Amino acid sequence: MKIRAQIAMVLNLDKCIGCHTCSVTCKNVWTSREGMEYAWFNNVETKPGIGYPKDWENQDRWNGGWRRKRNGKIEPKIGGKWRILANIFANPNMPEIDDYYEPFTFDYDHLKSAPEMEAFPTARPRSLITGERMEKIEWGPNWEEILGGEFAKRSMDANFEGVQKDIYGQFENTFMMYLPRLCEHCLNPTCAAACPSGAIYKREEDGIVLIDQDKCRGWRMCVSGCPYKKIYFNWSSGKSEKCIFCYPRIEAGQPTVCSETCVGRIRYLGVMLYDADRIEEAASVADEKDLYGAQMGIFLNPEDPSVIAQARADGVPDAWLEAARHSPVYKMAMEWKVAFPLHPEYRTLPMVWYVPPLSPITAAAEAGKMGTDGAMPDVRSLRIPLRYLANLLTAGDEEPVAKGLERMLAMRSYMRAKTIDGVIDGAIAKKVGLTSKQIEEMYHIMAIANYEDRFVIPTTHREATEDAYELRGQCGFTFGDGCMPSDSKVNLFGGVKLKNDKANTGALG
Amino acid sequence: MRDSIFTILFVWYPYVCLTVFLVGSLIRYDREQYSWKASSSQILRRKQLTWGSNLFHFGILFLLFGHTVGLLTPTSIYTLFMTVELKQLVAVIAGGVAGVVCFIGLSLLLHRRLFDARIRATSTRMDIVVLIILWVQLTLGLVTLPYSLAHSDGSAMLILAHWAQGILTLHPVEASTLQGLDWPYLTHLVLGMTLFLVFPFSRLVHIWSAPVWYLGRRGYQVVRTRRALTGRSGPKSTHQPAE
Repeated sequence: MKIRAQIAMVLNLDKCIGCHTCSVTCKNVWTSREGMEYAWFNNVETKPGIGYPKDWENQDRWNGGWRRKRNGKIEPKIGGKWRILANIFANPNMPEIDDYYEPFTFDYDHLKSAPEMEAFPTARPRSLITGERMEKIEWGPNWEEILGGEFAKRSMDANFEGVQKDIYGQFENTFMMYLPRLCEHCLNPTCAAACPSGAIYKREEDGIVLIDQDKCRGWRMCVSGCPYKKIYFNWSSGKSEKCIFCYPRIEAGQPTVCSETCVGRIRYLGVMLYDADRIEEAASVADEKDLYGAQMGIFLNPEDPSVIAQARADGVPDAWLEAARHSPVYKMAMEWKVAFPLHPEYRTLPMVWYVPPLSPITAAAEAGKMGTDGAMPDVRSLRIPLRYLANLLTAGDEEPVAKGLERMLAMRSYMRAKTIDGVIDGAIAKKVGLTSKQIEEMYHIMAIANYEDRFVIPTTHREATEDAYELRGQCGFTFGDGCMPSDSKVNLFGGVKLKNDKANTGALG
Repeated sequence: MRDSIFTILFVWYPYVCLTVFLVGSLIRYDREQYSWKASSSQILRRKQLTWGSNLFHFGILFLLFGHTVGLLTPTSIYTLFMTVELKQLVAVIAGGVAGVVCFIGLSLLLHRRLFDARIRATSTRMDIVVLIILWVQLTLGLVTLPYSLAHSDGSAMLILAHWAQGILTLHPVEASTLQGLDWPYLTHLVLGMTLFLVFPFSRLVHIWSAPVWYLGRRGYQVVRTRRALTGRSGPKSTHQPAE
């Protein structure tokens, strides 16, 4: 057993209002620069929909994630090492920028510089790649916002597998939910596995997956390897970039920007302990439906004295073990089992988990018939089909998702009984396999969601691992080139592409 | 006059180019890692790249291998199992096929770079210069083929091989020995050396980083740690068995 710790995230989709504050604050901090205009380390999709980039969940098309071979071993779905190298000259599994969207700005300047005209001046779009006029914007990072576009197109959503989807195209049966997405910081990341340069690595201390910008050579296999399509190729720098889980903030004990700014308070950050020696075993189980359970199987109980002893021996600091015992992520994923991994069937063992959303009961008429049996409607009659959620979160296994939803409904009933009727109804808790105390804690963390309960982040003791004496007087944050000025206009080697004259296109900077 | 030009071009120039090539690559690798990359433009336009890049790269790798082996194998070694005439015939046929494959690919890539608005707008001057040099160089190489067939005794090939071996062994042959060669050979040589000259300043540096070591990585995953600083300064990189 080799115990490692990771700062994991849970998103409570039941509370996501789709405001995109996470995406926008993230973009402002990390990706508002040339080459990354099209990239959203965090984006929010309206489901059902094909998403961003187009159709990212269709691994028959993009070949992301892992494949289990006949001998029980797993290899990247894009191919083993030889095959990956053979495809290095032209990657057959890579989306084009149009699958994301061609980045654009508007001719804002025209609004104030236009001469007197009969028609009101407008700011027309202009490509941020070529600087040319774009007559019509045909796709964007959130084109399907609130069920935008025809159902015929949105219904290509891979999560409809096994669902009689046609009826959901009818107005009275339609359903939607939001899915905020970021890098999953997987235990078994395919991006890292597919990187021929070895530039992508997982940090042992906190599990954050990063791309070494110095070592990345732009072979772009990571873009294909990642089934969540959360690696973005910077067309200006020629290197891949990804969500860095705001590691400078995490190291200081602060939540990521997306979590900090979430107005719905849906995001949780906490420590998870796991057995690094069993990652391969868990990712290789034969039945895809067992992957969710297999991943839970390598998470370790932070209260277990033998786990604590082994973790100490493996170098996990005491502050981290203490944080693990208060981890909201552990509680939601392991204790209450209301949080689930996103697409476990990709075999990446993702570490950003989701609490599925409750939804209104399908028909108002039916609603009247229910409510007597423990005041709880059947989760199978919720408007969002259970199978749809199961395809998203448990490789199609409906049972765990149903249980999770039932517990959330039970929490509501229990608290309603308590606060409105003034009755402590322990039977409701018992029915879903919880105690009254657990339900109250669930309510405290998931409904009240105080800042200190949502974010339990131990600081990284960099002072113990860095020689501050050597670091003094060095340049601070740079783009991986030490103190060399990459954005200088004069550069002896490689030049710097500043082809888009920013002043003319009216872009930032 | 002609003699001194030949000496400059074929005795001095090679060393200038090789020095810039090696020292420049080293300096850039040391100081400018962030600029060290393949500069793929596939994300912006896949069209013409799939065929263009594959044909070009497989062709050019074969040609690179062929030139290295063909020029640098000492005559005394290969004559043990083939005649000079046969070697030239093999070189002309194999090189010709690879050259045509490479030419098709390179032409596709050059056309794409010059006429695709996205690619053109995001190209550096050096991206275009390198591509044009390569295209002209390849064309010149193909032009030498009929000349080589014309002297089937392999005499031109021997002159070139001895010149190349002389340069690398630091015993350059007299530049006058090259004077009898036809113009396509000579221009091909000069342009070829120029490629080495611009190498460190261009995207060509990605050749140094051909990721063949990937095949030897144990398992797939890479984990780095900062722990246990004692006794070392940088972050440790550990490759762990397949996960």
